[in-house]
Amino acid sequence: MTALTVPVGPAKDAGLRPLPWRRMAWVSWRHHRGALGGVAVFLGVLAAWLWTAGLQLHHAYTAAATCHPSSSAACQNLIGSFQSTNVILKGGFVLQALPALIGAFVGAPMLAREIETGTFRFAWTQGFGQRRWTLAKLVLVGLAVAVIAGAFSVLVSWYYQPYLASGNRAVFSSPSPLSPGLFDLRGVAFVAWTLVAFAIGALAGLLIRRIVPAIVATLAAYAGLALLAGNALRQHYLTPLVAKGSNLPGAAWITSEWWTKGGRFAFGGRPPIQLLRQLCSASFVTGPGGRIGERGSFSPTTCLVQHGYTQWSDYQPASHFWPFQWIEGGWLLALSVLLVAVTIWLVRRRVA
Amino acid sequence: MKTLTVPTPTETDASLPPLPWRRMAWVTWRHHRIALGGVAVFLGALAVWLWSVGLQLHHVYAAAIACHPAGSTACSELTLDFRVTGGILKGGFVLQPVPALIGAFVGPVVLARELETGTFRYAWTQGFGRWRWAIAKLVLLAVAVAAVAGAFSVLVSWYYQPYLSPGRLYDPSSALAHWLFDLRGVAFAAWALAAFAIGASAGMLIRRVVPAIVATLAGYTALAVVVAVVLRANYQPADHFWSVQMIEGGGLLALSALFIAVTVWLVHRRAA
Amino acid sequence: MNVIEANDLGKRYGNTWALRECTLAVPEGCLTALVGPNGAGKTTLLNLAVGLTDPSSGTISVLGARRAGSLGALDGIAFVAQDAPLYKDLSAADLLHETRNLNRRFDQGYAERRLGELGIPLRQKAGRMSGGQQAQVALTLALARRPQLLVLDEPLANLDPLSREDFMTTVMAAAAEDGVSVVLSSHVLAELERVADYLVLASHGNIQVAGEVEGLLAAHRMLVGLASESARYAQHWNVVHASSDSSQAHLLIRGDSAADPLPPGWDERAPTLEELTMAYLRESGAAASSGHRGSGANPSAVTR
Repeated sequence: MTALTVPVGPAKDAGLRPLPWRRMAWVSWRHHRGALGGVAVFLGVLAAWLWTAGLQLHHAYTAAATCHPSSSAACQNLIGSFQSTNVILKGGFVLQALPALIGAFVGAPMLAREIETGTFRFAWTQGFGQRRWTLAKLVLVGLAVAVIAGAFSVLVSWYYQPYLASGNRAVFSSPSPLSPGLFDLRGVAFVAWTLVAFAIGALAGLLIRRIVPAIVATLAAYAGLALLAGNALRQHYLTPLVAKGSNLPGAAWITSEWWTKGGRFAFGGRPPIQLLRQLCSASFVTGPGGRIGERGSFSPTTCLVQHGYTQWSDYQPASHFWPFQWIEGGWLLALSVLLVAVTIWLVRRRVA
Repeated sequence: MKTLTVPTPTETDASLPPLPWRRMAWVTWRHHRIALGGVAVFLGALAVWLWSVGLQLHHVYAAAIACHPAGSTACSELTLDFRVTGGILKGGFVLQPVPALIGAFVGPVVLARELETGTFRYAWTQGFGRWRWAIAKLVLLAVAVAAVAGAFSVLVSWYYQPYLSPGRLYDPSSALAHWLFDLRGVAFAAWALAAFAIGASAGMLIRRVVPAIVATLAGYTALAVVVAVVLRANYQPADHFWSVQMIEGGGLLALSALFIAVTVWLVHRRAA
Repeated sequence: MNVIEANDLGKRYGNTWALRECTLAVPEGCLTALVGPNGAGKTTLLNLAVGLTDPSSGTISVLGARRAGSLGALDGIAFVAQDAPLYKDLSAADLLHETRNLNRRFDQGYAERRLGELGIPLRQKAGRMSGGQQAQVALTLALARRPQLLVLDEPLANLDPLSREDFMTTVMAAAAEDGVSVVLSSHVLAELERVADYLVLASHGNIQVAGEVEGLLAAHRMLVGLASESARYAQHWNVVHASSDSSQAHLLIRGDSAADPLPPGWDERAPTLEELTMAYLRESGAAASSGHRGSGANPSAVTR
């Protein structure tokens, strides 16, 4: 007994036009409004805090900057109080975690939740198509996250503006705009880092398929990447300039120092103790050591210079800030696009 | 419409003794071994880092202290060496989020995962009893978190000891003692415990894992800010370190116990 | 002893009453079918019985006089929830270990034998099992606790016909050999028809029918006759529900036998359980119960 059927010709996808992308706008919003709303609330609270702290900081700066004469005790007091305002924010490290948190808590659950709860069996069998659905969601939500992050980074830039205003930098002991704590909070870097955290999160969610492990993996991967970029990569974006001595315009970011004698390389970094003992052991009494990181009132530099050594510094001037921003933003964006592309390609292959 | 029965008085539970608590040991471990293992790995990696930088720091410190004459250029150079060592560990900021992270990734999962996946319908109909199950799990995990955090904070205290030992390199005006307060003594373990307890409550109230983790981090931050700004301003931690530690530790312990008690009570009262 | 006894039991979620004015007494030693459409309140009733939720009104006691959710109740009742939730990351062996830890009685040998018979390796993680296997594992865990009462919430919903038969065979064996009372809810009555001793019919949060199947069927008759005559004769009888097509009418009536002799051309027979259930479900105002053994004589109380 043969079953009688009319043979069906192979259906071609070419006959069916894909559904318009904008249909995914509502879908993406509806499923991720919790996460996006949460990010907005979180950043809103932070923004409120930064706003009040920033007003305080700006006020202290104005008071200190307009005080004359600047060497008087009263003005020194004002400068000191400016320097100790909001110390926790000063180096900028506290805010470094933000792109990671935003990316991890928005990006990782995007695909991991669908897979973990099984709803991908609904979502990826709809007429919209598996890959297009994923692409639409990642792009739409990624854009939303980038916009929110961008708005926030404008506020952050405003906050740090007193430290970076030109003039009197040494007086205010302000950090360089290229310093690791501040660089990626401003300009396009903050947005770019948030995007890359989001992209890492999405891929981690797809690979790991469980939400909480994906979040943890995203945070770990982001931390690794950020440390790598800040400590190893960034200083090489453009060839550093070289200058004699260490008296550089305060906005410069010194990446390494070394000493020569007689035109030949002597040593790098800090002077070796044995050399100092040998050449500079004459004890001239100084006060206790200076502030952390500063060369206090004693001066091994002077002593070594007297003995024919020359100090050199590699540095990146403040004018490199925007080129660096574009370079870092560029490769981060490229990396994000690559991660998203890999995610979409893997969607077909990894799931059921 | 009534069926005819003679109503009988309801029996009490007095006749059945509860099952021994140790039965929950295996259950708790089996369900949370990945979270606990993750915490161990995370703290282990941090410990390795602290250990290696700390050895260097202690070495440089010893050299600087032993150098004579104290005011000479060479000895001052050694002092500068000491002050420069440590990188981002210097201010202690980097380690501040650690208790929050430990608690936030262990605490909320306990109840939120059961509620989110529906397995509470199995767990809460077993013979062990619902609130006993909850309290056994929460207490076991709380002890584990506090113990691991406590062990880690011993290493942290060792690391920062050169900055805080009285001597010619000690700067009493520095705010370092203030910032490091939460990382030393019993405070570190107490903060990790508090984060865990907040997380447990968040998990029970919110019933979904990821929002509960976020809420825990937010709640912890709010608590930390309140304690730092409002309470610590009234004390000078450098002066009477241990008494303030005991006050803060005791307060956090009481708060944690309260959160856990509330969580268990919610398990007992709230239902499907 | 009644395994479940409810008195004016009600449960409200917000402003909605999921269950209301529920009074019933389920005797021990029976296989009780709890039947009704989706949303009828079956899951609510079962959740109340196993202590997962507390009543908003009325009382419920289980296994004689134990409070639902108490240690004594938890000890004697094994529950398998809808969709048989198991911990996805735990292997079958882990699930046995956990259930053994959490209960007073656990028959490890039985559980391992059962899993062996089912062909489920002990190292298999629950998340990787098929729906049928998960249901069987959940049932094994429940039966290995040696309960007095086994409560199953829509256990057959996701199973294929073969799995369903295997599942019910296991349940029946436990009921017959070990004397386990069973309360089983379903919205598909056909499967339970053959095996149920006691029927509870729920609809829109109310209990419409509660009673021994034997007694219920004996208390109703199905009359079949010409459709054109049904209206004329219907008022003679206590009709629960009348249905007709173009030629024939089926009338489900209450009464041991028709009080008057049947009109010519009409037949009567005992209704099937399915016909009884469908009739009551269609007549939402109707209700019925019948006596059950062990609690004294109880005339059929019928209200409309």
